[in-house]
Amino acid sequence: METMRDRFAPVMARLLDEDPRVAVVLAEIGKDAFEKTAHAHPDRVINVGIREQLLVGAGAGLALTGLRPVVHTFASFLVERPFEQIKLDFGHQDMGGVLVSAAASFDWPEGGFTHMSPGDVALLDTLDDWAVHVPGHPDEAETLLRHAVAPNTGSDGKAYVRLSTQGNAEAMPVDGEHFLTVREGARGVVVAVGPLLDQVLAATEGLEVTVLYATTVRPFDGAGLRRAAGAATADVVLVEPYLTGTSVAAANDALVDVPHRVLGLGVGRRELRRYGRVDEHVRAHGLDAGSLRERISRFLG
Amino acid sequence: MTTTTERTYAYADLPRLMGRMTGDEKHGPAATSTLDALWVLYDRVLRVTPERVDDPARDRFLLSKGHGPMAYYAVLAAKGFLPVDWLDGFGSYDSPLGHHPDRVLVPGAEIGSGSLGHGLPLAVGTALGLRAQGLTDPKVWVLVGDAEMDEGSNHEALAYAGPAGLEQLHTLVIDNASASYSRPGGIATRFEAAGWSASTVDGRDHAALYEAFTAPHPGRPHVVVARVEPKDHAGEPE
Repeated sequence: METMRDRFAPVMARLLDEDPRVAVVLAEIGKDAFEKTAHAHPDRVINVGIREQLLVGAGAGLALTGLRPVVHTFASFLVERPFEQIKLDFGHQDMGGVLVSAAASFDWPEGGFTHMSPGDVALLDTLDDWAVHVPGHPDEAETLLRHAVAPNTGSDGKAYVRLSTQGNAEAMPVDGEHFLTVREGARGVVVAVGPLLDQVLAATEGLEVTVLYATTVRPFDGAGLRRAAGAATADVVLVEPYLTGTSVAAANDALVDVPHRVLGLGVGRRELRRYGRVDEHVRAHGLDAGSLRERISRFLG
Repeated sequence: MTTTTERTYAYADLPRLMGRMTGDEKHGPAATSTLDALWVLYDRVLRVTPERVDDPARDRFLLSKGHGPMAYYAVLAAKGFLPVDWLDGFGSYDSPLGHHPDRVLVPGAEIGSGSLGHGLPLAVGTALGLRAQGLTDPKVWVLVGDAEMDEGSNHEALAYAGPAGLEQLHTLVIDNASASYSRPGGIATRFEAAGWSASTVDGRDHAALYEAFTAPHPGRPHVVVARVEPKDHAGEPE
């Protein structure tokens, strides 16, 4: 089955063809997929070797000259290891760029904790003005990548696109801004983020809740959540494929004017110290349909 | 010489300009460690003027060692990038001139700095970005301190730039022997091992600096190690 990451290089190849401002920066990881593209655009497909501080710093340096850098590696080496480069070289320098990660929270469980990054979105939340896209299907990944890079529109914003091998069977018509209403019910609102939509739909079958699908979580679609909560009940469950509770504050802020309850579900903070398969980790973090149904039902009462 | 209503400033004016920030026209070696190299660059080498700060074809100077920026501000003021009056408010709430420069606030400053080890990677990206746009004439300069070379990010950048043949890239290391752990000549050796062209000169000798700054280095990036008096370890914050 095609993954979001399989789609990344072909989409970037087209964006490189279409827009002379676009450049891709890699640190070995993912370079094979760019081999042909690098021949076509040798100066705009740049592999800096296993050097993640340089990866981000050089990406921002490209932006200083007016280019639109797209910087890619695993989430743990893109957001966590060179975090100060993200904070200063993009944020403080007032430069725009697109960070595209792979491996997500536990896409490669056999690889262990060094290759897991459940905290990436929470870390970016300490910074100002990063858009965060969490697609749940390769087609959505393509749409959101194009939205983030925005060729020929002069977009200079900062965006993070979180690619994962986990996902949903069908693509949804995402737009890079709004939550989508997938199901409506009166008992509460469940926000399913990216790859967890199918699990959430199975978990909430017959529970009479509204299900919102979120693939762009920053900026948080507060208006969309307020609308849904107003039409149903302001009991809100956030189901996120990264650190538990990452968006609880954003949901609280959106509902500040109405009495509400919020439950955050996601990847646990405690290190699991297990290898194994993705489905085993989904279950260990209580994100499989059965565990979700139990936890959501208990919350709704 | 053309006559203008605006005053022009010479090297001899710099201590007085720095004095507007420090309250004293006498400055120790730490405060002036970058002064001569900066002056020679802005006076004779860099092809950038206040009118060209947005010109894609300008030379870029990135101050990576953002500590003790008085000499930098004095040179920028002397060359007309920022009003001399700004120097008086140095470090105050309403001043754009802080103890570390901010590119968003300081005309002519290519980057904000203060956290060590960011300038050289940014300079690598700048050189790559210029090359990708066919702008192979502009030169990129980045100033780092010898102790700043402790930061691993600099090693990532220099070890890449040499083999990548970034001819447009130039590093100026102000060596005032302030690193706690170092070996004599270690800095130039590290750059040379990574394929850079390297010159080591007296950082107070304007003719020697100019010669090192303008030495040809086809196909390779170039580093100039400018040696100045060892830093005074009196414990004062820079």
